[in-house]
Amino acid sequence: MTTTTPPYRSAWQAIDAPQAPEGDPAVEVRRSTAVRGQADIIVIIGAGVAALSLATLLNTRVIASAGFGSFVVVAYLAFLVLYGVLVSLQDNSRAVLDRLASVVVHSLALLALLALVFVVGFTFWRGREALPHLNFFITDMQRAGPLDPLSVGGILHAVIGTLIEISIALIITVPLGLACAVYLNEARGPLPRFVRTVVEAMTALPSVVAGLFILASWILALGFVRSGLAAALAISVMMLPIIIRASDVVIRLVPGSLREASLAMGAPRWRTAWHVVLPTARSGLTTAVLLGAARGIGETSPVLLTAGYGASVNFNFLSGPEVSLPLATFTFSQSPQPTMIARAFGAATVLLALVLVLFALARTLGGRPPGELSARAQQARGQQSQRDLARFMEREQARRMGANYAT
Amino acid sequence: MTTITMAPVPGPDSPPESARKVRSASAGADGIFRLSLQGAGLTVLILMCAIGLFLFYRGAQALADARLKFLYTQAWEPSSHNFGIATVITGTLLIAMVAIVFAVPLATGVALYISEYAPRKLRRALINLVDLMAAVPSVVFGLWGFYFLSEKVIPLAKFISAHFGWVPFLAIRDANPNDPLEDLTVYKSSTFIAGIVVALMIMPIICSVMRESFTQAPIGEREGAYALGATRWGMIRAVVLPFGRGGMIGGTMLGLGRAMGETIAVYMIISPTFQIQPEILRSGANSVSSLIALKYGAAGPFELSALMAAGLALFALTLVVNFGASAVIARTRSGQMT
Repeated sequence: MTTTTPPYRSAWQAIDAPQAPEGDPAVEVRRSTAVRGQADIIVIIGAGVAALSLATLLNTRVIASAGFGSFVVVAYLAFLVLYGVLVSLQDNSRAVLDRLASVVVHSLALLALLALVFVVGFTFWRGREALPHLNFFITDMQRAGPLDPLSVGGILHAVIGTLIEISIALIITVPLGLACAVYLNEARGPLPRFVRTVVEAMTALPSVVAGLFILASWILALGFVRSGLAAALAISVMMLPIIIRASDVVIRLVPGSLREASLAMGAPRWRTAWHVVLPTARSGLTTAVLLGAARGIGETSPVLLTAGYGASVNFNFLSGPEVSLPLATFTFSQSPQPTMIARAFGAATVLLALVLVLFALARTLGGRPPGELSARAQQARGQQSQRDLARFMEREQARRMGANYAT
Repeated sequence: MTTITMAPVPGPDSPPESARKVRSASAGADGIFRLSLQGAGLTVLILMCAIGLFLFYRGAQALADARLKFLYTQAWEPSSHNFGIATVITGTLLIAMVAIVFAVPLATGVALYISEYAPRKLRRALINLVDLMAAVPSVVFGLWGFYFLSEKVIPLAKFISAHFGWVPFLAIRDANPNDPLEDLTVYKSSTFIAGIVVALMIMPIICSVMRESFTQAPIGEREGAYALGATRWGMIRAVVLPFGRGGMIGGTMLGLGRAMGETIAVYMIISPTFQIQPEILRSGANSVSSLIALKYGAAGPFELSALMAAGLALFALTLVVNFGASAVIARTRSGQMT
């Protein structure tokens, strides 16, 4: 909460505090409650310039062999020290600590942000070699050897494999996950609580263990071959707890009064769940499913153990190796050939773009609290209501006419 | 005289009325509905148990063969019956520790920034960005770590080993950081680099747990601290951090669990070794999950059984850590409010 002004500003009055206009002491001027005054900005700029100069001096004159990294570190430390000293000239030690903590928190947040932008940006930057080739998107690797240039071969097989696998995984996890989330919220007793604990523990299941499990059960115990279906099952094991957990949280936020109103109107439980609880939470459920899909698409290790690696397009998910984008990225990157590494970055870029699209969809379609409707949904709801009213009126009129005929 | 019949009002001394039994007719469609929901819940439960059981069933052969040696053998040669998880478990823990050391301050900073410092408009966007970071596939982090970070981190690794070599784990024996002609490969593919990459991957989950608990710090106590003359940092130290301590511990443990299970990014960065490698800056590391990813391909039935046993050990370890984390979160003040 940032609404409260920290009351430690007494020493700054010379600059910050409003001066009453000369000659009319009765008129009070509105005080500024801004947390940062002009003086703070001057101090920050001063400390920054001093720190940069000092770091440049040290890096060029004293430590000759230092690189950019050490320059940044030295400048940052110098800034902290100088800023602390400058603030301590006019304020007490508590204020100094406050300012330094503020600087550290801001810089940590900036660092994390930069790291994210950097990871994503680096992938896109290195992916620029492979992406301009059209064949990268419309051919597979069947005719392309490791030494072939980027104008031969592509990742069509991986794109198709990813789509097949994630579709199967969604077909399995969406009904099962949503039913389980509804179960956690609608059922009473110790069992749902236990299931919830187990699901929470399962969200942290190491992905390689999910792959091992499908390898042990589906492939070794039941005797099926490595295939797209096996990979989809492994991805489902990973996605299921994520979807259940996120939907459980959303469904829990559906107001109890809505549920009770529906039950009080005589609706059975399944109608209440289907027509009241789930539509109310629709936005959040969409987010849950899309985020689960985004996680599932990017999983490499379960697929590595269960899908097998092939270089050609395979529409048959029941048999034969089915390569997905992360697996293709991984396999390409294990090759020492520069073109294969370029293909790895290209595949990673496509994968990342897919994840970004899913994520953006999740945020635009979903993200609203339960019960809050988008403009279009609100309009649709209004029209539905109008139709209901017309229907009721019609029925009422018919009944009255019937009564008239009877008398 | 008219008699007015009244419902018997329970007096103060009459026995309290027991709760009425609510009965709902669960016939027909509702019965099916309830059964199918229960079926879904039980399926998930059975799935979870099946993971443990299948890993145990498949790994039993190897476990029976190695017995207690499985825990302290430093080699992985299942074909000559000489294998154990001592190296990979310590490797996993070392990587997770490095990751925690980097991720926790970063996550604390981001969580504090979002909950305390960021302008209201920026807050939503930042939360989205952190969530997005959690959705970036691990193979992308692996590529970044291998092709970018492992070279850029060498000066830092050199600096640390030169000046902080007296700290255990940070020294590199028989390497001279002051020798400019030294072969730099000794600093590549180390636990340290893998740890940094894993730190970036677990930062979002730690951050979101911390942020949840920080934002729940009661407004009354915040205003109280300000009213007593606290600075913003004073308020954070006196109110927000103590309130969110459970969330910080729980989030850290959750991150630890994630870090131990991380596979592909670690596999791509490290060069595997089968000796316990306590020098985290030196090339060569290992972890349970990357061992599985490395060895599954050429594994015969017995080797596979040994890998299953290793997977079981990892599974058990992460389960313990995660149950611990959720217990810690549930017992704190901020956890009880959700």
